[in-house]
Amino acid sequence: MIELQNVCRTFTVGDQQVTALRDVNLRLDAGEYLSIMGPSGSGKSTMLNMLGLLDRPTSGTYLLDGGNVTDLNDEQQARVRREKIGFVFQSFHLVPRLTAAQNVELPLILAGIPAEERKARVQVLMRNYGLSDRADHKPDQLSGGQRQRVAIARATVMNPTVLLADEPTGNLDRTTGWEVLKLLEGLLEQGITLVVVTHDAEIGARARRQIHMLDGRIVSDERRTK
Amino acid sequence: MYLRDLITLTTSSFLTYRMRSFLTGLGIAIGIAAVILLTSIGEGLHQFMLSEFSQFGTNIISVQPGKTQTQGGNVGIFGSVRPLTLEDADALRRLPYVEHVIPGLVGTAEVRANGRTRRTMVLGEGRDFGAAFTMKLQSGSFWTDADDEQARAQVVIGSKIEQELFSGMNPLGQYLRIGGQRYRVIGVMESKGQILGMDMDDTVFIPAARAMELFNRPGLMEVNVSYRADVDADTVIRILTERMKERHGREDFTLISQEKALEVLSSVLNILTFAVGALGGISLLVGAVGILTIMTMAVTERTAEIGLLRALGARERQVLNLFLSEAMLLSALGGLMGLALGIGIAQGLHWLFPALPVHTPWLFAVLAELTAISIGLLAGVVPAMRAARLDPVEALHAE
Repeated sequence: MIELQNVCRTFTVGDQQVTALRDVNLRLDAGEYLSIMGPSGSGKSTMLNMLGLLDRPTSGTYLLDGGNVTDLNDEQQARVRREKIGFVFQSFHLVPRLTAAQNVELPLILAGIPAEERKARVQVLMRNYGLSDRADHKPDQLSGGQRQRVAIARATVMNPTVLLADEPTGNLDRTTGWEVLKLLEGLLEQGITLVVVTHDAEIGARARRQIHMLDGRIVSDERRTK
Repeated sequence: MYLRDLITLTTSSFLTYRMRSFLTGLGIAIGIAAVILLTSIGEGLHQFMLSEFSQFGTNIISVQPGKTQTQGGNVGIFGSVRPLTLEDADALRRLPYVEHVIPGLVGTAEVRANGRTRRTMVLGEGRDFGAAFTMKLQSGSFWTDADDEQARAQVVIGSKIEQELFSGMNPLGQYLRIGGQRYRVIGVMESKGQILGMDMDDTVFIPAARAMELFNRPGLMEVNVSYRADVDADTVIRILTERMKERHGREDFTLISQEKALEVLSSVLNILTFAVGALGGISLLVGAVGILTIMTMAVTERTAEIGLLRALGARERQVLNLFLSEAMLLSALGGLMGLALGIGIAQGLHWLFPALPVHTPWLFAVLAELTAISIGLLAGVVPAMRAARLDPVEALHAE
């Protein structure tokens, strides 16, 4: 359901051409759990941005749910992001002015969903993530783990098909990190496709499918057999 | 995205930076206050001038001897053309729409009573002048002789003359000598104060025929014709012109319509108000620069947030709207603050200096507020466009 065909991405930095992705081919089925590992500069972040439609390939094709999303315009891509893709970031990216509940509500607001429906959906999620008593707190009043839970709630409130997590435990201590990871893995049961980018081998090893990247290429693609 | 949500999101950032928002709004507020204050004074002066000029009534046309061929005053007043006579005035009185006809001339003479002498302005008038010019008597009455030419030697005196020559006495029925002739005082005017530099209280009013005799003049200086309020000035002008041409054989007279003169005056004063308003508008420009600065800063500070919004599926347009409405909110609130400030200062000035006429029309207030919002919109466009066009990936990683 996700397919990258011969995807290249080059940046111009100063007068130098930097290649972040070299001829990448990747096929991901619905419900898969993929970790992308590699040293910094290996292209794993670019890969994630590409999958999340935040970046466009210089050449190659991206098929999502069978449709070509490579050549969509800004408005169409925004719509795909809104409806099919959820992001979780290392630094949480919560809006500091808004309460936890308002942060979770944000994608629903952007999608133009009526207020009553939004309230109901946010409330359910906040309860599921154990954040009910934190709903009216601003992000700076929350612990790291709580912040990331709010971010995950926000990423899933639109019921996306793909969840992209960029170093989701990078800013958390070990115990909290594991809890967050378990939360993300729990989403697999709902049929979500989970992609985690990490340079932590221990975390990467939890995924059933692991790819390693180096210099913009996929150098290994392993499936863990149960 | 719903408008309500847009407003909620916008207000949240506004409230986070209270002090900054207040100061930015203040820039616009000072501009709007300046515009409102200046136009309030301009409009106050406008209304003051118009009421000064129109207090004798607006439906009056003045017929003066001599034809104005070029710009400038006509020479008829100095008696070089066929004079305007009391017969002319009588003839006009019989025309349709005409209510009052008041022959008039003016000069100065020595007036004497109770052994006191004063040099004062003497106005020769027709018997209807009180009614036509909406002038009121403090006591007594105007003369009523039906025939202007045979009017008796009666005088209506201004309140200052009363004080100076008859202080403490009842002047009615007493005699006043004007240029050697005896006039019986039959009325005292209400105090009118100065009108355009002329002290209306230091004046005596006598029948026009008497004044012509007194000043030894062959004709009148003017004939004022008041007409029914429901009739167009042009119609009356046409009728008057026809009748006067019949009598004089040619157009050796000039008609001046009070209404038309006021229209010209009013348009001049409007331009004046507009000009001072525009002057105040310069400070609005400074306010606009303030908004531009603060919005540019806001975009830079919130770059990561913009990246997040894009990742969550916000379209470029939505990001643009968010920042535009923030700029507009700043300027709209600044504008309201400026309205309050401007009207407050204007009323305060009026309270301190009651002589200073002040008036703020509602239309000006609404226009000023709309201007403020448009300024916010314009100043917000560039930063908002920059926000909308940020590359989501780069924006996300800006910390």
